[in-house]
Amino acid sequence: MTTIAVDARPTSAPARSSERMRRAARRWRYLTNAGAAVVSALLLVWTLTPIYNIIMVSLEAEGDVAVTHIWPPEPSPASFWVVLTEGHWYLEAFWHQFGNSVFLAAMVTLLVLLIGSLTSFSISRMRIRNGWIITNAALLTYVIPASFLAIPFYLIMNHYGLQNNPWSVIAVLVTFATPYAIFIFQEYGRSIPLELDESARIDGASPLQIYIRIYLPLMAPALVAVGTYALLLAWNEYLYQFLLLSNDRSMTVAVALGKFLNSDVAPWNYMMATAIIYALPPLATYYMFRNRMSSGLTMGGVKG
Amino acid sequence: MTVSAIELGRPAVRRQSLWRYWRGGLQGSEFTWAVAFIVPYVGVFCAFVIYPALYGLWMGSNPSLYTEVFSDPIYLNTVVNTMIFLAFGVNVKLFLALMLSGFFMRPGWWTKVLLLIFVLPWAVPALPTFISIHWMLNGEWGLVNNALWIVFGVDGPSWLNSRWLALGSAIFSHVWKWTPFWTVILLAGRMSIPQEIYDAAKVDGATGLRRFTDVTFPLLANLYLVLTLLATIFLLGDFNSVYFVTGGGPANSTHLLATLGVVRDMLELGKPQLGVAAVMSALPLLIPLVIILMRKLKTSEAQL
Repeated sequence: MTTIAVDARPTSAPARSSERMRRAARRWRYLTNAGAAVVSALLLVWTLTPIYNIIMVSLEAEGDVAVTHIWPPEPSPASFWVVLTEGHWYLEAFWHQFGNSVFLAAMVTLLVLLIGSLTSFSISRMRIRNGWIITNAALLTYVIPASFLAIPFYLIMNHYGLQNNPWSVIAVLVTFATPYAIFIFQEYGRSIPLELDESARIDGASPLQIYIRIYLPLMAPALVAVGTYALLLAWNEYLYQFLLLSNDRSMTVAVALGKFLNSDVAPWNYMMATAIIYALPPLATYYMFRNRMSSGLTMGGVKG
Repeated sequence: MTVSAIELGRPAVRRQSLWRYWRGGLQGSEFTWAVAFIVPYVGVFCAFVIYPALYGLWMGSNPSLYTEVFSDPIYLNTVVNTMIFLAFGVNVKLFLALMLSGFFMRPGWWTKVLLLIFVLPWAVPALPTFISIHWMLNGEWGLVNNALWIVFGVDGPSWLNSRWLALGSAIFSHVWKWTPFWTVILLAGRMSIPQEIYDAAKVDGATGLRRFTDVTFPLLANLYLVLTLLATIFLLGDFNSVYFVTGGGPANSTHLLATLGVVRDMLELGKPQLGVAAVMSALPLLIPLVIILMRKLKTSEAQL
């Protein structure tokens, strides 16, 4: 019996200290969890306030936006209906403008994918000599702010009478999106063994066949990532669309929204409803291809 | 006789070797294909980067323009704004991003959901949310002042009518919009640090804060530096956050270089040369940054 007591003594001390440690660990876990909850709450408020504000204003009843409450007493989706049916003189050409935005984004995406993949194929697969000059030129374009070339570009396009021509905007957006495509395609292409091209060549495939049959199918994930990037860039861009597309026929939704803002009697609830409808396609695209994009994101990113 | 044959043959040989040099390892028609593949991008680059850049340099080459620019008090204000914007905008958003990327490393479904919500400001186009912030800050009917009145019973200031509050609002909007983007990049950077390094550091007794200062940050430092440079350059060309939130007002006191050049000089005053000169005055800052960044990007491509 005494031996048990003797035995019990040395074991009880570590037991007690481990109990204390466990309690400290539990307290620490509580503290970090509480801290995380506070950070989460702050982040939610921080992130969602401006978005909450758009939704709130868009749900206001007609003409009633000069208010002092923080949630409309009678929320109504009427303004969305007005936008969708073009029921206000400001929104007469809404669907036409929407179509312009879609056309612009689609063309930019196609051209960026085509030009970017051809260039990277030539540089990194066919190993054209001095291809690094083009890689550097692309990198330089990527880091130069697009807005710095806005004034000369605007004057040049005016000079050639290309104002209100969507192709002038498509040209500039392709210019500023392709460098990222070249960058990503070259990085991604490193994972595809060159031996594939070699063996196709020995079998008598021409470079064009190698490009179409081997390169493009294997590059599919990178094509999706870059395509998403280009699509979002073209849809979201404002400055060049605002400068170059100013008449009602050529205008895109982004330009129309900006015009809304600058008018004196802007119906804010319609404007916010338009803004939400404008934001939904890129948002859906982004969340759909989010995982595909994030791999490329680490190597560059969407330009501001 | 033999000598003259060699003499005669030499130019031909030299031409052939030069030709071979340019072709590299490519043979015959392959070289033609490789050139054909890069022609579209070279064309785009020359027509829409080199040509506007040279045109801009030519427009801004008159020295008397710069005396006009530097004697313009609004321009001097703009320079001060740009400095403040750079000092706060870049550092606040990158520091927040660095801290938040650590927060988003926490395990659990909640962190993943929160991240999806947190990237909203970046995934939504800039235009709708900046317009929303503009309306939110309206002194009489904006959400911010309404909330201040309801919660604290105080009248908020009219945010966009004073230079410093308006500038602060524009910086806030910029930070709101872009923090998620840099957070996602830094999160990818953190995720690429192998767990073994942390395990080894734990054995050596680095926990808590020292884990960050001695392990995480040294490994992220290069990426952080590159991102700072990139963010600085992107911010120098920022147009949207000032244009939509403050519109450059009140009384043209919150312009950045891009909005000053495009909106005030070109569209309001009709003096595009002045705008080009204003934008070009950023070149002494921009060119060194671009050179450092290009070098960094090349040497640290693997990490970025």
